[in-house]
Amino acid sequence: MIINHPLLGPRDSAEFIYLGDASLIDRPDPEAENRDQAFYEYAYLRDNPAGEHRELWFHEGGDRSWLVVTRNTVTHEITEVEMARDVARTRGRST
Amino acid sequence: MRYSGFNVIKQALTGHKGWKPAWRDPEPQAHYDIIIIGGGGHGLATAHYLAKIYGQRKVAVIEKGWIGGGNVGRNTTIVRSNYLLDGNVPFYEFSLKLWEGLEQDLNYNAMVSQRGIMNLIHTDAQRDAFIRRGNAMMLHGADAELLSEQQIRAEYPFLNFNDARFPIKGGLAQRRGGTVRHDAVAWGYARSADSFGVDIIQNCEVTGFRIENGKCLGVETSKGFIGAGRVGCAVAGNSGRLMSMVGMRLPIESQVLQAFVSEGLKPVLPGVITFGAGHFYVSQSDKGGLVFGGDLDGYNSYAQRGNLPVVEDVCEGGMAVMPMIGRARLLRMWGGIMDMSMDGSPIIDRTPIEGLYFNGGWCYGGFKATPASGYVFAHLLAKDAPHPTATAFRLDRFQKGRMIDEKGVGNQPNLH
Amino acid sequence: MTQINRLGGGQIDRATTLRFSFDGKDYTGHPGDTLASALLANGVRLMGRSFKYHRPRGVLSAGSEEPNALVELRGGARQEPNTRATTIELFNGLFAKSQNRWPSLAFDALAINDRFSNFLTAGFYYKTFMWPAAFWEKLYEPIIRKAAGLGSLSMKQDPDAYDKGFRHCDLLIIGAGPSGLMAALTAGRAGAQVILADEDFAMGGRLLSETAPVDDAPALDWVSAALAELSSLPNVRLMARTTVIGAFDHGIYGAVERISDHMHTPDEGKPRQILWRIYAQKTLLCAGAIERPIAFENNDRPGIMLAGALRSYANRWAATPAQRIAIFTNNDDGHRTAVDLHAKGVKIAAVVDVRPDAPSSYDFEVLKGAQIVNTRGRLGLTFAEVKQADGSTRILECGALGVSGGWNPNVHLTCHQRGRPVWNDDLAAFVPGRDLPPGMAVAGAALGEFSTHGALKSGAAGAKTVLGLKGRLPKLPKACDAPVSQTAFWYVEGCARAWLDQQNDVTVKDVKLSHQEGFRSVEHLKRYTTLGMATDQGKTSNFGGLAIMAELAGKSIPEVGTTIFRPPYTPVAIGAFGGRMRGMEFHPTRLTPSHYWAKERGAVFVEVGNWLRAQWFPLPGETHWRQSVDREVRQTRASVGVCDCTTLGKIDVQGTDAATFLNKVYCNGFAKLAVGKTRYGLMLREDGMAMDDGTAARLAEDHFVVTTTTANAAKVYQHMEFVRQCLFPGLDVQLISTTEAWAQYAVAGPNSRRLLQKVVDPAFDISNEGFPFMACGNITVCGGLRARLFRISFSGELAFEIAVPARYGDALMRRLMAAGEEFDVTPYGTEALGVMRIEKGHAAGNELNGTTTALNLGMGRMVSKAKDSIGSVLSEREGLNEEDALLQVGIKPLNPNDKITAGGHLMAATGPIDAAHDQGYVTSAAFSPTMGSMIGLGFLKRGADRQGEKMRLVSPVTDLTVDVEIVSAHFVDPDGERLRA
Repeated sequence: MIINHPLLGPRDSAEFIYLGDASLIDRPDPEAENRDQAFYEYAYLRDNPAGEHRELWFHEGGDRSWLVVTRNTVTHEITEVEMARDVARTRGRST
Repeated sequence: MRYSGFNVIKQALTGHKGWKPAWRDPEPQAHYDIIIIGGGGHGLATAHYLAKIYGQRKVAVIEKGWIGGGNVGRNTTIVRSNYLLDGNVPFYEFSLKLWEGLEQDLNYNAMVSQRGIMNLIHTDAQRDAFIRRGNAMMLHGADAELLSEQQIRAEYPFLNFNDARFPIKGGLAQRRGGTVRHDAVAWGYARSADSFGVDIIQNCEVTGFRIENGKCLGVETSKGFIGAGRVGCAVAGNSGRLMSMVGMRLPIESQVLQAFVSEGLKPVLPGVITFGAGHFYVSQSDKGGLVFGGDLDGYNSYAQRGNLPVVEDVCEGGMAVMPMIGRARLLRMWGGIMDMSMDGSPIIDRTPIEGLYFNGGWCYGGFKATPASGYVFAHLLAKDAPHPTATAFRLDRFQKGRMIDEKGVGNQPNLH
Repeated sequence: MTQINRLGGGQIDRATTLRFSFDGKDYTGHPGDTLASALLANGVRLMGRSFKYHRPRGVLSAGSEEPNALVELRGGARQEPNTRATTIELFNGLFAKSQNRWPSLAFDALAINDRFSNFLTAGFYYKTFMWPAAFWEKLYEPIIRKAAGLGSLSMKQDPDAYDKGFRHCDLLIIGAGPSGLMAALTAGRAGAQVILADEDFAMGGRLLSETAPVDDAPALDWVSAALAELSSLPNVRLMARTTVIGAFDHGIYGAVERISDHMHTPDEGKPRQILWRIYAQKTLLCAGAIERPIAFENNDRPGIMLAGALRSYANRWAATPAQRIAIFTNNDDGHRTAVDLHAKGVKIAAVVDVRPDAPSSYDFEVLKGAQIVNTRGRLGLTFAEVKQADGSTRILECGALGVSGGWNPNVHLTCHQRGRPVWNDDLAAFVPGRDLPPGMAVAGAALGEFSTHGALKSGAAGAKTVLGLKGRLPKLPKACDAPVSQTAFWYVEGCARAWLDQQNDVTVKDVKLSHQEGFRSVEHLKRYTTLGMATDQGKTSNFGGLAIMAELAGKSIPEVGTTIFRPPYTPVAIGAFGGRMRGMEFHPTRLTPSHYWAKERGAVFVEVGNWLRAQWFPLPGETHWRQSVDREVRQTRASVGVCDCTTLGKIDVQGTDAATFLNKVYCNGFAKLAVGKTRYGLMLREDGMAMDDGTAARLAEDHFVVTTTTANAAKVYQHMEFVRQCLFPGLDVQLISTTEAWAQYAVAGPNSRRLLQKVVDPAFDISNEGFPFMACGNITVCGGLRARLFRISFSGELAFEIAVPARYGDALMRRLMAAGEEFDVTPYGTEALGVMRIEKGHAAGNELNGTTTALNLGMGRMVSKAKDSIGSVLSEREGLNEEDALLQVGIKPLNPNDKITAGGHLMAATGPIDAAHDQGYVTSAAFSPTMGSMIGLGFLKRGADRQGEKMRLVSPVTDLTVDVEIVSAHFVDPDGERLRA
């Protein structure tokens, strides 16, 4: 596969390490009332879709960026690649 | 007709006219006591044991394609019980015992071949871990044998002892491990279940569940609604897709695992060999092909095919440990969808919906578990209580912190 | 022996004679020959035996689709089983043997299987060999295994090298026949970066085998001109002998180039093959078509071949299997073969055409509306039995029979991403479907364009379309444009032992039995009968089997569908996928800066991940490793030792939020750590399990240096970047791995300070007051060299770790050894390191095994409740906090001479020994010179309360049961006085 890195252009996926669903960015609030349930769901439950999937890849053999790759799990087509840091910020994680 | 040498000869002499279809091709009835979704190894085994052990006769197996078309027909055919943890060893040992009597039980030769499995050891830490594992196996009544480097050299003289980057320092053997002709497992269970009256309904896709007041009443299918007292799901690989129909999110990711077979060769390998310093395991089929595999591709996929980097990685491991295979040719590669669970162990349990039961999360170890998985799932479906060897495979174990993590890599499915 | 079946003409170099041997007999041939063509020219038809019935078989095809003529090529360690004679280029000294026969090809004892074939039908083995159960492995299976398989491996290490490489192009053209060449010309002239790959050693595809003119001249002239033009274009790369094996995601193709297979042995320094990963923007598949046979009784005798292959052998290789040949066809292409053979002087016995309206010929007899119903000849065809239109039987004497049932587009690669071909009624064949791999288009015969003109035109048009080129099609050479019509004719009615899959011995009867027994889907048919599972992947057999199954099921062929074509297109040497990553090159080897110094000292090294670390340093007279290790421990504890710990992961953490960041990744707190101080840190995974441990040294308010274990360095760095980028992107913190940048040494023992004082520049006070336990700082050594000093201890002694830029590591080590002479300094390796950390009760990899929590490790109180950190929430789950949780303990034998085994399990002192009574396990064990016995660390249920308890350590797999006592994990200096000295 080829991942089109937002900064470095197309790179072979062998340069990357896969982590999993990009929902791992959404770490729950450790102070929240339902934190036990929220952390359990965060750490363990997955949508696991057959189709479009937003997922985290780490450019270990490159600039060590974490990327959010939108990839179809049936066809492997990649439609979007973003810097995970930017995604995390837009989800309000920079506070 | 019973399968036997006598009948093979008799049929040969009378033009093979007497062989009947191995299983019927029935239309679904309106209602069954138990429906099993998934005509793979586990689903068909469940049906067999439901009928034979638990006396259930109004049972149907519903399969969206052809039976045996999923992972039971695409794997590296290895059977073993060389596990470490209490939640696993008794279950896999139970499975190995069922394998040992399978052919007589099914009247079908699945070619259960206990030629042994050998895990190679390359470091002291690995030896420590394998001693712990071997001890756990033996304490649970399974067989294990720790071999020295000298013993490995004697038994496997073709391994790389000359210029190995990671020298072989020993091995942990399970002599009762081995291989089984994978397709025959599906067909043998199907034929047996069918003979007890189980309806095997092929080309019938489940499109939804009918659930009223928190109770599952049956399934909607491409052949219409089929009612059921209890419904069991055994569709590993596609568990996420199926259970999303009832709104369940699972501790599972679907990932692709590739496997490989070489051209046919005269016998070279005595049993299964697992290379502990690379990602490579191999056996030789009765037809002569080297059947081998390695790591997952490592990403979520339902595509049933993988990519070159893992092909290369696996073959590099093969060349590192047994450089004699360099001139053997890789004939075919294929990819299966694995239900990769969050601790590398399966789930066999009730669901929050009454009457709906789940069997999945087999990672890439489902084939060896087929008989026991069918047996304990049949037990669960018949008695609504877990079988004693499968009490740990609960859906809520992640919430409770009771993971069964053989590799110790935690909630990252592609590392299991 | 003379080449009795050599014809005139052909593309062989008659000026040169090549000698070769097959099954011990010597023959001659010429450059340009394949092994198959040379054998045919020498009058050899019998080349192999089938898999199951050991039937005599000859060559069926002239290409990589060959199922029958498989040989063991070369000898010794280069023996190469199952090699298709049709693709082996002849070289001088070639040595080949037939395979899967005993004692000889002409007389094969296992041919007796053929007599019993009625008992050995499809799937018979599933129905018998079950009693008694134990006999399978002992009796039945060994017999079956010995009989099965094809060729044999040498059992020796493959001596040849393999290589890998990357190539990029705008357009990858697969196949250099008329469509591929025309596509390459079109794209090449337009300036596109083109790769044209063909599996054959000569480019031209079918044009090499045909007599029909192109541009009113021999087709070869046009091929030569096209290749000359393409060679002159710098943007076109021609890759002959290169098989594109698979279409992978995002336009990545695998291809194998056979660099040296046409030579006796590879040239010095050259690989045997190269695996190319071709990154193609677009791909045009011009893979041609494969002729399909017709099944009839005994259609597998040597001499019975595909008609198109006969034509290739005659036209391209000037070889024929016999001087008198019959043709069996259902289409005009069979007649073309007869015409060409006739023109070469081969006698045509007759053309048997199933069509009542077949064309006639002046040159040979055509039997219209006739079918071949049987054949004769034990080791080679002698007669063919024809049922004529009027029902009468006629016997044709012939040494070869060309069979043509039409052509199938070669759709293999179009299906590699699970696309399915679609049925085309006009061709009665499958053609590429719509769901091709993205970026791929198809042209020529692979698309169903069977005429030469059609192929040329579709090649040009295909290249234009796929590259989006503007303008008109280039001028095409004049070529045959006769319409090609094909009808389906799969098998002769009433036949039983008519072979579909010749290698796996699958007959029409087997397909019928499979249907009878309910194995009716294509996948079931394939698996039950093994149809199409041979080394040719059923290239010539699958469709015939499908057609028969469709007929039996009363369905159309497209309704039955096809099985999936999978990579590789043709089998690939495993060595090619392995490339250079074998032997010592399997993984990179990482060496520390003082590696060569350690080697000079005679160190024994051990693999730790990819690192090589010194395990111990034997001195003269030490004959057992324990002597060395015990001495290193004693010397260190008595005076001073030095250990290379460069391999520990080192991560530089900088930024105003560095402390806040470390508070997140470590379960214990770092915010209040003073500058100039170091703290032990335990890192949890989010699931609450211990992931790694190490130290974090605060060199400045906004600067920490973090260490990780050797094994987890990469994983921890990745995790920290995840926390930084994905979870807390707002923090002002930057990370960089500096593992390779610093050489680091532990200097341990009561004299460690005195030794270091000789090296550290005097400006720096490293006295206990000036540099107390857990201090850290930037210093200089040896007169101004910048260094870092940490007062931390893994051994339990007064100890320091000193780091210098990597290039000074070797020098520092030598300086420490020289300066330490007066203290009797010893270098120590990983073994002594391990012994000392076990004596001190420090957890390491064996304890941090991914299933242990801070609680298990006896560090439960370290998990700060005052702050959020990764893993803190999920570490509170009930299953991880049970009353009988495993806790780390020390273990020592009651009898000091007894052995402690890591991996042993802990049981009560009396009572049963089984899993139900398992109470824990030993993680690490070593002989402690300090304690004078073996000691161990382990995990035990309620371990904290059980010090002094007598238990049994059991290790059935090493046949050991030892009485042990549970003790504190801190065997040495439990109060830590030495550390602080």
